[in-house]
Amino acid sequence: MRQMSKYYLNYLDQLESEAIHIMREVAGQFERPALLFSGGKDSITLVRLAEKAFRPGKFPFPLVHIDTGHNFPEALAYRDNLVKELDEKLIVRYVGDTIQRQKLTEPKGKFASRNALQTYTLLETIEEFKFDACIGGARRDEEKARAKERIFSVRDEFGQWDPKRQRPELWNTYNGKIHKGENVRAFPISNWTELDVWNYIKKENISLPSIYFAHERECVVTADNQLVAVSDFIQIDKADTVVKKQVRYRTVGDMTCTAAVESSASNIDDVIKEIIVSKISERGETRIDDQVSEAAMEDRKKGGYF
Amino acid sequence: MDILRFITAGSVDDGKSTLIGRLLYDSKSILIDQMAAIEKQSKNKENGEIDLAILTDGLRAEREQGITIDVAYKYFSTDKRKFIIADAPGHIQYTRNMVTGSSNADLSVILIDARKGVIEQTRRHSIITSLLGIKHVVVAINKMDLVEFSEARYNEIVKDYKSIQKQLGLADVIFIPISALSGDNIVDRSGNMNWYKGESLLHILENVKLNSDVNLFDVRFPVQYVIRPQTEELHDYRGYAGKLSSGIIRKGDKVIVEPAGIRTAIKAIEIGGKEVEEAFAPQSIVVHLDDDVDVSRGDMIVKEDSKPKITQDLEVILCWMDTKPMEVGSKYMIQHNTKQVRCVVKEIDYKLNVNTLEKETGIQSAQLNDVCKVLLKTASPLAIDSYKALRNNGGAILIDETSYVTVGACIIN
Ligand SMILES: Nc1nc2c(ncn2[C@@H]2O[C@H](COP(=O)(O)OP(=O)(O)O)[C@@H](O)[C@H]2O)c(=O)[nH]1
Repeated sequence: MRQMSKYYLNYLDQLESEAIHIMREVAGQFERPALLFSGGKDSITLVRLAEKAFRPGKFPFPLVHIDTGHNFPEALAYRDNLVKELDEKLIVRYVGDTIQRQKLTEPKGKFASRNALQTYTLLETIEEFKFDACIGGARRDEEKARAKERIFSVRDEFGQWDPKRQRPELWNTYNGKIHKGENVRAFPISNWTELDVWNYIKKENISLPSIYFAHERECVVTADNQLVAVSDFIQIDKADTVVKKQVRYRTVGDMTCTAAVESSASNIDDVIKEIIVSKISERGETRIDDQVSEAAMEDRKKGGYF
Repeated sequence: MDILRFITAGSVDDGKSTLIGRLLYDSKSILIDQMAAIEKQSKNKENGEIDLAILTDGLRAEREQGITIDVAYKYFSTDKRKFIIADAPGHIQYTRNMVTGSSNADLSVILIDARKGVIEQTRRHSIITSLLGIKHVVVAINKMDLVEFSEARYNEIVKDYKSIQKQLGLADVIFIPISALSGDNIVDRSGNMNWYKGESLLHILENVKLNSDVNLFDVRFPVQYVIRPQTEELHDYRGYAGKLSSGIIRKGDKVIVEPAGIRTAIKAIEIGGKEVEEAFAPQSIVVHLDDDVDVSRGDMIVKEDSKPKITQDLEVILCWMDTKPMEVGSKYMIQHNTKQVRCVVKEIDYKLNVNTLEKETGIQSAQLNDVCKVLLKTASPLAIDSYKALRNNGGAILIDETSYVTVGACIIN
């Protein structure tokens, strides 16, 4: 069997092939899919995988960005540039519009986040375009509830996930049959870890929004010693300590609920090195909203969150 | 570096969650904040000790009931390998979850409580492992600390298990005595059991040979999607996208498009947009054919030297996964790779007792978690192989025609 060794796929190539297979299953099984694009590294990775899956053809789906209005300007600039280079369709829908239209209550408080309200806009958008499948960049290693989610995850008319009624998912056979009004969330990089994503970005030489690398930034220090960027979207009081630090981001979400980490890693190799030695998981370090309750993610998923 | 996918099987309280927690903990895959969450939850329990098992118990419903009810996936890696653990419950009412978790596994870790020895569940887990064609088995005899690390006890259990191994024809079985709770023989060899001459569990998992498990001889290429840009410069471009499920294909190879049986040849192969001379399983590729033939999603490209069976009659071992029973005469959709057709249950040959392997005949319906041998008739032909010979082309799922739920797993004979 020795001479066979050239026919062997390295782990990143295996993950890539699996992800491409899942994307093509979405394209093959659904009439109106969409790719949910947040501007973060996971959805940027999805875009690269879509290129590998469908070029030289066009993507069989638009990119959809549910915009909270609280984005990092660097992420938006990156998004617009990427879409131009790809020559693909981008649909943007704004949480602010949904808040007005549905008369939703804006969360109040110091780091008030529109994160939870994204669900409403997403459901409106699904309804508007009659999307039957939404591809997302969630990974099972992110969080305990996600660890049980299927690669094709069926949501009801309200976008809700019912962990007790999940379909068995065997081999690489994905059952995308749904009733009218239902919707599938498909997660091609389910089996990737944070480090896998970074290693893939490195291997593929994918460019990222600049905030993923060390830069100087004014931040408010929270009670839990997290660093939140000074912006118009957060409320700064006299008692707050504002510091200027070398920071980078591990995830890119809203400016209100994504914390920075102190870092001097200015290129991808240094970022990977830092992640390998880092002792705090991605979500714990950077998401302010997750620590509220042990079951926070589970509750939101049941309510139709990504 | 490659990937090992494994499933852990054991009955309630054999220490499955503790073992997984231990592997994650000792391989430094548990991070500070996850650890803090575990500590917080452990405090809610009476003894106050840190409970590694909490790591793998995901959903609140499960926490409330104190049992694992679904398959959860866990990840860790070492310098040698990335590991994907399917953590599936072992109780009989969760046979379907075990089948699901086993379907993608390269290896099965079967846990035995050293005090209890081989029990009915051990046998069932081994039967499912064998049915689902998992090539490598590690029998981990746990809680050795509770039997004074006794070599005699260990040998007794090994001897008992070997009769199951023989009956099922499991080829590659490795035995190991461990204590998941205290970490004996998990990452390093334990000083408490010097009589054990084998390697630690992690060492075994890191070194099981996997590359020979991929079949590189029988070409099976299920077409997923047709890429047709239809732009001016790519007017004639027509690429068939899919993942090569087994075999190697090369430019110029003569091929057959099944089930229609159309003969043509490979004009070009692309991977990630670049042309290549050859491709091998499990790569995701795009294939161009010589002739302008009619190929669409659901078709399968194969080679003359190894053809699948083209048939409408399927003999399968069926694991029933729905609360609504399956009856002779019922109609379903069957999904085999990328192809979906209707089918009807012609006959239930027998029901397999998954604890004893006995066959019960005269069965008219299958209940949740039953495993039966069944004859299916499909509305149009499928290009199949036996699961034993070619795992990737020998599995299929049944879908309920009205609820659209996945109701059955078929292992083709
Ligand atoms: N003494 C001892 N106890 C163990 C060992 N492994 C697990 N346990 C205990 O056995 C109980 C059940 O373990 P758990 O991992 O929850 O079992 P599961 O139901 O198979 O997931 C717990 O109280 C564990 O602490 C071991 O190696 N030695």
